Amino acid sequence: MGGSANGATDLSSEMEVDAFRRLFPLRFHERHLVESVRPDARPLGKARETSLALGAVGSADGSALAKIGCTTMLAAIKMEVMTPATDAPDEGCVAIDFHMPAICSPIVRPGRPAEAAPVVSKQLSDTILSSGMIDLKELSLVSGKAAWMAYLDIYCLDADGALFDAALLAAAAAFSHLQIPVVSLNDDGRIVVVSKQNEVEKLKNKPVNEEKRKLKLKGIPFALTCILHKNYILADPTAEEESIMETLITIVLDSSCQLVSLYKPGGPALAYESVIQDCIALSRQRVRELQTILNEAISDMEVD
Amino acid sequence: MAVDRADGRTPNQRRPVACTRGILHRAHGSASWAQGDTKVIAAVYGPKAGTRKNENPEKACIEVIWKPKTGQSGKPEREYEMVLKKTLQSICLLNVHPNTTTSIVIQVVNDDGALLPCAINAACAALVDAGIPLKHLAVAICCCMAEGGHILLDPSKIEEQKVKAFVYLVFPNSMVSVLPQGSLRLGGELMEHGIITSVTHGMMAVDDYFSCLKLGRAAAAELSDLLRSSLKLKAGNDPSKAG
Repeated sequence: MGGSANGATDLSSEMEVDAFRRLFPLRFHERHLVESVRPDARPLGKARETSLALGAVGSADGSALAKIGCTTMLAAIKMEVMTPATDAPDEGCVAIDFHMPAICSPIVRPGRPAEAAPVVSKQLSDTILSSGMIDLKELSLVSGKAAWMAYLDIYCLDADGALFDAALLAAAAAFSHLQIPVVSLNDDGRIVVVSKQNEVEKLKNKPVNEEKRKLKLKGIPFALTCILHKNYILADPTAEEESIMETLITIVLDSSCQLVSLYKPGGPALAYESVIQDCIALSRQRVRELQTILNEAISDMEVD
Repeated sequence: MAVDRADGRTPNQRRPVACTRGILHRAHGSASWAQGDTKVIAAVYGPKAGTRKNENPEKACIEVIWKPKTGQSGKPEREYEMVLKKTLQSICLLNVHPNTTTSIVIQVVNDDGALLPCAINAACAALVDAGIPLKHLAVAICCCMAEGGHILLDPSKIEEQKVKAFVYLVFPNSMVSVLPQGSLRLGGELMEHGIITSVTHGMMAVDDYFSCLKLGRAAAAELSDLLRSSLKLKAGNDPSKAG
């Protein structure tokens, strides 16, 4: 294998595919795009295979494991009782945190937090709170004195592109699986969680129903990330595609196809109106797919 | 239908802009940008030798540091840094000075709504002041959807908190070209109508987003004319400043 880089077109017939993929990644991908296909044989507008498992973490009040292709996210919710803020006495609170431990990717080192982690974390908080999926008033226990604080932690176990999409799906699934624990007021006037042994004792006060409660979720948001490269729109990129073609656009729609977020943080390609319309059409399709997957996962849980 | 805004502006009116260049003498380039009461100072240092560890050495590297007005830097600041870095990377000519780092430091002086667009405009003006090679400027504005379905341009902090959704949009600046009209179009759309960056908060209908885009484009074209006149070289600019 000799010759300079200028002779790449001659070398390509002699070079192994893997070597060409590493040495000339952009040309490797563009050769595929010309045929309207991607290296993993997906058509341009198709997302990777998605699966959901609810109740992955036994000790959490609500949890879910979401996989989009190889990207894996584990979401878990723990509920704690706290005093609500004075300006919102009958509202609870949701704290969302996204972690990228070193297991998820070779570029994340143990000592230094990944650059993407705080950005995805903030994006997630903004999206979940602004979509109105959770009614904070449902998290209230005693107005002005006690309310639920839901700590949602999302761990990325494998980072292979489209991190925000998978994280949002895992968060929505975890909230669908969430069962709020039963509580009562004890002698000191504090709220305590009712454990199995106390059930036979007479409860002094029952601020919540005896059954463990589920949250009513309205307008669950679903996201689709696309890459814009020249005239092509690639839906649901892998980490390799994201590192080569840098322009990403993330569209979050809720189940009634209202736009929750359209996030395009710069990038070499400009987004024209026609391109945005196409991305929104792809997102609408994806919302329907994800809604079906979520409903199936919920009904599988209920059968158990 | 006339909508009453607290400061008496019409829905399509942006706040008065004050842009000053060359305010910091040690920085290679600096600018202060004020939109109404929102004020941001940007300083550019570079190109400096060497890139950070995992960055491509064949291109110049852009680094952004965002300093809030009070308190420590947290997640919102990281997000602003990332959006600013990606936006500025797309307007700089990265191949002119490979294996160099250009640092842009943003200091928030006052936040009265539309902070990120103000910072992007300030950073662009500072880059021009430093003489960093750019493809075109990035012109940023903010549009919001008020309760009644009206679209307001350039909201203040109080308006931003009351509305149900707002959008930060960044467009390339408008072109003044000697080439014939048709050659600037790509697939029937003018290059300056493409969006470099879009960040939304809150829910809105898809059609509302496109109306915000239209209003934003018109405002960006007007703002880029203002930029063109204010960023022209002033007589008495000290040529030996950089270095």
